[in-house]
Amino acid sequence: MNTANIRDFPAATDARALEATRPSSDYLDVPENRPLRLASEKQLAPYRIAYKTYGELNAAKSNAILIAHALTMDQYVASPHPVTGKPGWWESMVGPGKPIDTDRFFVVCPNVLGGCMGSTGPASINPTSGKPWGVDFPVITIGDMVEAQVPLIDHLGIETLFCVIGGSMGGMQTLEWAARHKERVFSAVPIATAAWHSSQNIAFHEVGRQAVMADPNWAGGHYLELGKEPRNGLAVARMAAHITYLSEEALQRKFGRSLQDLDAKSFSFNADFQVESYLRHQGSTFVDRFDANSYLYITRAIDYFDLAAEHGDVLANAFKGTRTRFCVVSFTSDWLYPTRESREIVQALNAVAANVSFVEIESDKGHDAFLLDEPEQVATIRGFLNAAAQKRGLQPARGG
Amino acid sequence: MLAPNTQPNYRADHLLIAEMVGRGSRVLDVGCGDGSLLQLLADTKAVDGRGIEVSRERVNACVARGLSVIQGDADRDLVDYPDDAFDYAILSLTIQATLQPKEVLEQLLRIGRYAIVSFPNFGHWQVRGRLFLSGRMPVTENLPEAWYVTPNVHLCTIKDFSELCRTVNAHVERAVAFNAAGRKLGTWVPLTAHNLLGEKAVFMLTRKWMP
Repeated sequence: MNTANIRDFPAATDARALEATRPSSDYLDVPENRPLRLASEKQLAPYRIAYKTYGELNAAKSNAILIAHALTMDQYVASPHPVTGKPGWWESMVGPGKPIDTDRFFVVCPNVLGGCMGSTGPASINPTSGKPWGVDFPVITIGDMVEAQVPLIDHLGIETLFCVIGGSMGGMQTLEWAARHKERVFSAVPIATAAWHSSQNIAFHEVGRQAVMADPNWAGGHYLELGKEPRNGLAVARMAAHITYLSEEALQRKFGRSLQDLDAKSFSFNADFQVESYLRHQGSTFVDRFDANSYLYITRAIDYFDLAAEHGDVLANAFKGTRTRFCVVSFTSDWLYPTRESREIVQALNAVAANVSFVEIESDKGHDAFLLDEPEQVATIRGFLNAAAQKRGLQPARGG
Repeated sequence: MLAPNTQPNYRADHLLIAEMVGRGSRVLDVGCGDGSLLQLLADTKAVDGRGIEVSRERVNACVARGLSVIQGDADRDLVDYPDDAFDYAILSLTIQATLQPKEVLEQLLRIGRYAIVSFPNFGHWQVRGRLFLSGRMPVTENLPEAWYVTPNVHLCTIKDFSELCRTVNAHVERAVAFNAAGRKLGTWVPLTAHNLLGEKAVFMLTRKWMP
């Protein structure tokens, strides 16, 4: 690896820039002799996958759960984020005594390829040039993200993952894992996701990308080496995307038409409304922890995702011969990945007589419901994992 | 052995169905409700069981107790399964609530090597008696809802169902009628008597055709 220090490129928030090149989590450097063959037919080597683990791998190595994260998440699923200091993004679900019980299971959560929390991505240093990759980084797919995780699972000595679980883009990785590595996935829980990205969703992503690229500080994608950062563009992208993660009902309930610290309208373009103030806050806190180019690359990977197209336009073909136990979960108010798209996955699994459970959870919190402490989701996943663990011959947790 | 009269916690038709199902087989329970039949079959016959249930709350409860159940509908979702996907495709006290009982029965016969169907018998003497004496749609212990709220839109008698089996080319492997206490009617009783005395019936069918 090239030794160039990201401190030479000081535009990004210092702590974040450091995490991109020297993650505070564990990481695996996959050597040059094990190149990643990308869907674009390019090769990537060497590369790094940063990851967190929780709990202990049992002697039989049969209790490992891989958690695949969503677009803007990272490996800090159940521990404080090193840049923001905020709690892990799925602490309602992961931890001692939680459905993904770290007293019972060994949890692995890798930062995706293309991410900016230590796995190789556009904010990492390109070993050839000694500069940040920027837009010279190859375009990647969800399948590439999964293939990049395989050496990590090998490295940890895990032959078969007890479960792969994830929401949104994490659900797409879950489906890719189950389709590509059938014998290595005992159970799979794709949540709030789809087998392909819809036209409307591609459209929203494109708005976000154009907002980033329209920011002069994006500098053709080379802002890191120029000491700049497209903060405004990325904040707007985040604001637009954030609306799609909520529901109209949730926004109305939370904010209505309430004014922010005002008794009357200001007749200006200040953030009069609470919802405006909220979105601006979402945008500005996001840019402190996320790399703009990573946002471009990961949204692109999601756009390209179409599991049926990878299997002769018949989704069921992706799962032919599977022995994996599936639990598909959707939420009533999720309009980004609506229930009918989960139902398509279920239909494909039924078509190959796979072992599948499917639960639609009533919630008015939109797509983001999967990240929240939804009692029905907690009960569903706890029940599914317990039954799967029984089939796998895993002992109940100590004292549980 | 499963004796209907000694296990009052289980539904009588469930116990009869459990007698018919082979150990370790693959089972689909269409309209599985709270999952009690799947649980019974898992506990007593070690089946690889799946369920379909229309009520979201019940599906969630089933999955939370570790059963493999999907939210779905007998009229709409059976077409998704391949031929012979299961050893037994079961429809317990559900066919009378489907919109297209004939199509549903044909799907069951296609996806299961055996189809097992239980249903309330509209030919039971109590039902006949209510209609005959009061001149109104019968409301009995077995069929408790008024006509305008009942989910049972396609009720039939044992004779009617036997006729449907002929129509869809199904072979009746076994047919059992039973009364409120779950007691089976003797096989020496003629069909006409079954149709009069049986409150419910369980049929085990195979197809005479190849899908």
